[in-house]
Amino acid sequence: MTSPSPIVVLEDLAVSLHASPDRVLEDVSLTIAPGEILGIVGESGSGKTTLGLAMIGYVRRGLAITGGSVQFRGTELRDLAPRQLRKLRGASMAYVPQDPATALNPLIKVGSLLREVLAAHGRSRTDADARVAQVLAEVGLPNADDLLSCYPHQLSGGQQQRFALAMAFACRPSLIVLDEPTTGLDVTTQRTVLDTVADLCSSYGVAAVYVSHDVAVVSELAHRIAVMYAGRVIESGSTSEVFGGPMHPYTRGLLRAVPSPKVGQRLVAMEGVPPRPGARPAGCSFEPRCPVRIARCKTEQPELLPTDSASHHARCLLTAGSPASATAAAFAAGRPLSDANGAKANGAPLLAIERLTASYSSAPVLQDVALAVDPNSCVAIVGESGSGKTTLARCVTGLHTNWQGEIRFRDSRLPAGVRTRSRDVLRSIQYVFQNPYASLSPRRTVGATIAQPLLHFHGRPSRREIDAEVSNAMRAVALPFELADRYPDQLSGGERQRVAIARALVVSPELLVCDEITSALDVSVQAAIVELLRRLQQERNLAMLFITHNLALVRSIAQEVVVVQAGRIVEVGPVEDVLERPQHPYTQRLVTHVPSLEVAPAT
Amino acid sequence: MSSRGGKAYSVRRREWLHTVLGALKTPRGASGAVMTLAVVGIAAFGPLFAPHGGTELLGAPFQKPDSNLPLGGDELGRDVLSRVLDGGWELLLVAAAGTALGIVLGTAAGVAAAYLRGVADAVIMRVVDVLLAFPQLVFVLLLVSVIGPKTWLLVIAVGLSHAPQVARVLRSAALDVSERDYVKAVEILGVRPARVMRQEVVPSLITPLMVETGLRMTYSIIVLAGLSFVGFGLQPPSPNWGLMINENRIGLTQNYWPVLAPALLVALLTVGLNTLTDAIARVALGVDRAERVIASEALGLEPTAASDVA
Amino acid sequence: MWRRVALSVLTLFVVSIVVFSATQVLPGNAAYAVLGHSATPQAVQALEKQMGLDRPAVKQYWSWFSGLFEGHLGKSLVNGESVASLIGPRLENSAFLVAVAGLVGTLLGVLLGLWAALRRDKPVDHVLSVTLLALTSLPEFVVGIVLVLVFAAVLFHLLPAVSVISPGQAPWQALKLLILPAATLVVVTVPYLFRMVRAATIEALESEYVEMARLNGLSPFRVLVRHALPNAIAPTVQVIGLNFLYLAGGIVVVEFVFAYPGIGQGLVDAVSDRDIPMIQFSVLALAAFYVFMNIVTDVISLVATPRRLFR
Repeated sequence: MTSPSPIVVLEDLAVSLHASPDRVLEDVSLTIAPGEILGIVGESGSGKTTLGLAMIGYVRRGLAITGGSVQFRGTELRDLAPRQLRKLRGASMAYVPQDPATALNPLIKVGSLLREVLAAHGRSRTDADARVAQVLAEVGLPNADDLLSCYPHQLSGGQQQRFALAMAFACRPSLIVLDEPTTGLDVTTQRTVLDTVADLCSSYGVAAVYVSHDVAVVSELAHRIAVMYAGRVIESGSTSEVFGGPMHPYTRGLLRAVPSPKVGQRLVAMEGVPPRPGARPAGCSFEPRCPVRIARCKTEQPELLPTDSASHHARCLLTAGSPASATAAAFAAGRPLSDANGAKANGAPLLAIERLTASYSSAPVLQDVALAVDPNSCVAIVGESGSGKTTLARCVTGLHTNWQGEIRFRDSRLPAGVRTRSRDVLRSIQYVFQNPYASLSPRRTVGATIAQPLLHFHGRPSRREIDAEVSNAMRAVALPFELADRYPDQLSGGERQRVAIARALVVSPELLVCDEITSALDVSVQAAIVELLRRLQQERNLAMLFITHNLALVRSIAQEVVVVQAGRIVEVGPVEDVLERPQHPYTQRLVTHVPSLEVAPAT
Repeated sequence: MSSRGGKAYSVRRREWLHTVLGALKTPRGASGAVMTLAVVGIAAFGPLFAPHGGTELLGAPFQKPDSNLPLGGDELGRDVLSRVLDGGWELLLVAAAGTALGIVLGTAAGVAAAYLRGVADAVIMRVVDVLLAFPQLVFVLLLVSVIGPKTWLLVIAVGLSHAPQVARVLRSAALDVSERDYVKAVEILGVRPARVMRQEVVPSLITPLMVETGLRMTYSIIVLAGLSFVGFGLQPPSPNWGLMINENRIGLTQNYWPVLAPALLVALLTVGLNTLTDAIARVALGVDRAERVIASEALGLEPTAASDVA
Repeated sequence: MWRRVALSVLTLFVVSIVVFSATQVLPGNAAYAVLGHSATPQAVQALEKQMGLDRPAVKQYWSWFSGLFEGHLGKSLVNGESVASLIGPRLENSAFLVAVAGLVGTLLGVLLGLWAALRRDKPVDHVLSVTLLALTSLPEFVVGIVLVLVFAAVLFHLLPAVSVISPGQAPWQALKLLILPAATLVVVTVPYLFRMVRAATIEALESEYVEMARLNGLSPFRVLVRHALPNAIAPTVQVIGLNFLYLAGGIVVVEFVFAYPGIGQGLVDAVSDRDIPMIQFSVLALAAFYVFMNIVTDVISLVATPRRLFR
């Protein structure tokens, strides 16, 4: 029996920047069968979003499809007139955007937006009303008139995204492209959205393309995977093939950087950064960073060829035709974390918080919070957005002063604001901000930024002393001293975050507060930063308060975890205990809903 | 270890210089600069080259151009060319002084409001609102009507008419910057607020300041020329361009040069300045945001999504 | 929103105080101003008494201020006629000029701005942008003079060089006289509108929700009219309002150039004559117009943005 013809066929697709030879996408060939979910995985700059859009024949301003073909149900999209393309878009091919808050017109009621799409594709008024009711039920939104007459900003993030799904499924398309649709949603909502997508796709036989950087999410949803790097597909196959037995060195490196909520392991990062369009080397794009490269890799561009099975392809000279056990050896998985520094320090905790209640104007954000951080241990604070975890960090560091209760540091009470604290305390508690693109002054060089706390706390050290301290700090965060003369805008996100950490460490604090410091970073960069912090924490006997919404990350860095919900602490305990045997219903929900890489990584 | 990093600790990048140089490389910037410099050159050095005195009666009223009077004679038979060459420097000087005063006052008020917050902020902003309730020219006329068109008064009047808008723009920029993480990163060390302001916030205000100065200078010239045109600016018999345009209107059909020449110079100056400022804004803020920012500022709108600074 | 209105009223109040103190209370006061050279001490004193300038400042202000509401605007120092009767026709003339220039300017600015936004980066857009950038930097009187040069005096002789409306004649009866002054105002104000409309429309066209609409297969017309333009309205309305505001200041010079008998011309004359009551009221009228237009634009842009309304 012949298999049904594929919905989408891409052949040698190339997308370039307008009027320039720089390619954003190159040599991309994929097919998608009806009902199949293809996951496109890659980090920023890999071209995955461009690929997702290209599947429905769309490119953003400044880009153009310069080669290859895009066929939808047998029709070549590049040959279609705009009017014909419009007929297909929204009806047979649909798109779910990354950020529904900005993708829904703020001036139009959501009900009208939905009806508009139906009307544009020929549904009569009565048909449309029926369909609206139906599709809203399918995505789990009530078909209430008051919901339909809301403006987008009046809906929650989860509702907005479900609405975007409803708009996409309304005309029963054959293909849906979802672009990171669960970014910024909390874990439970994310789970619901993913389940909805899976249901709809299987009930209606809709083919889907799921673009994401989140490997764990994709692994749970997709049937097949395509891994993107520097504008090319470098590995493709079924989910179990690609994630269970990755062939390409980049895929292996990527998987080792993904934190797991189930196993505490050291994250392993890859060195270097991906090349930008226009700066891609002649040979294999990954070659400069590849630990198993050979001489030919520099000059020869590998083809996407089958490896251990007909469906599993990889773009690597070393894997073509057969599994390469030699390469496997170079990719030892991250070693499991031992409880090396788990020996509970006896004696008083370094930081003790009791009965903390904090508010913004009159609305309470934290209620009755209590926790303790021992010296030389890392406590992770986990919560979803709005839980108050950032406010907690700000209270501890003195940026937020509207609180009652007690915070004790080294057994003496901490006053509320930065200006009332002693120099010693200020020096001993340091803070790393979330956004590396905003926390470094654009007017100061890297060296000047790192030196700033030094100059503030240690009077007038000599130039030689400053140099020594700065170079020590930079070495500790694995930044070459040459970067000291550069300005932040010349550095990558990961490098900037390292500078921020160096700045915090240069005055030898005892407590480091890290507020979602990897949320803005790619997975592999995140792995590098987290592993760096873990090492530093052990080497320097540092205590850390690590704030994150990513439950999986907790296992790779913390010994204790505190779970926060709506301003209250719901569970506290050692990481193993809380994540394996959660007691509180909220924690249980978090643990079951957090996506995890379902396939064991290759050894 | 080498002390190569040492020099990085005290030097701040001359960002504004890079911005200006970058702007000069664009067609707008280059043409704007050329126009501005040409007219400024004529105004500044003109008096050295004037063939005759600006107040000498040398010919018939509205005499047509000839070898002695290359641009003809004005309403009293004075040499138009000489008067034109003489007539710019005072205008420019007073405009520059007024702009400088306005910028200084406005910056002080705006930064103070952003720094002090609370009551002081509210008071300053209400004063700004009141001052902004007058059209600029009307305000200056009001002051002139009472005291008379003295030069020092003109400087003060022009300065006061600019100060409110400058205050608004700078306050908005300062507030925006103080919310940034890199400023908080310094606050968190326990550095005193005044020092934070000085070290981190003020240097980042240079870009909006540059753009404002360019815009304000243009308006100063427009207002002063306009004021002289209606007779309340710099007084006769000393030549100045605005005045010349008005006093020679009657003889337009006989000799249009005494009107056209100063008008062209004023036009060239204002267009040049505005174009140059536009170019600088584009380089500093990016084309799209520069459009929005200038469009709102030019009209006195509250600057919306803050004038970004770095 | 009502806070803004209350604040504006307060502002107007303070403005009246400023106007009053500037003209009557400062040294070099009214009496000196009127008497000029013949200001002997006795004459000054006598005149002060006559004008009521010897009363305490607050009392003077109060009688002036309350007089405003009763319609007693004082008498012109020049010819003794009541300010009210002199101001009336002038206000009418200016209002008409502002209305005409404002409407034409708005229409032109909006249409040109839209056109340029839709043809972004094409030659039309560049030409328009650069030309209007140049025009916007020109002082109004230069524009006026050039227009006179071209259309009235030197090149062509189509239009009158001055626009003196005879007393008693309504401005709409003498339309030909309005063309050049209105054209001058239009030339100077259109660029601001153009710039803002263009920028706002481009921003809307590049937004994610417009991209979403396109990806949903909506027709370009619908995308433009239903999705893009409504979001460009709020800033546009603000600019239109401010346009009228700018006109309030611009008419001073333009009326002077064309000898148009409006309130701007009146102010200039009053200043040269040191006619204090006229000055006071003219400035106050202009400031009141300013404040009023501010309120109107605020209200309209608030209504055009449901997000702010529902907050």
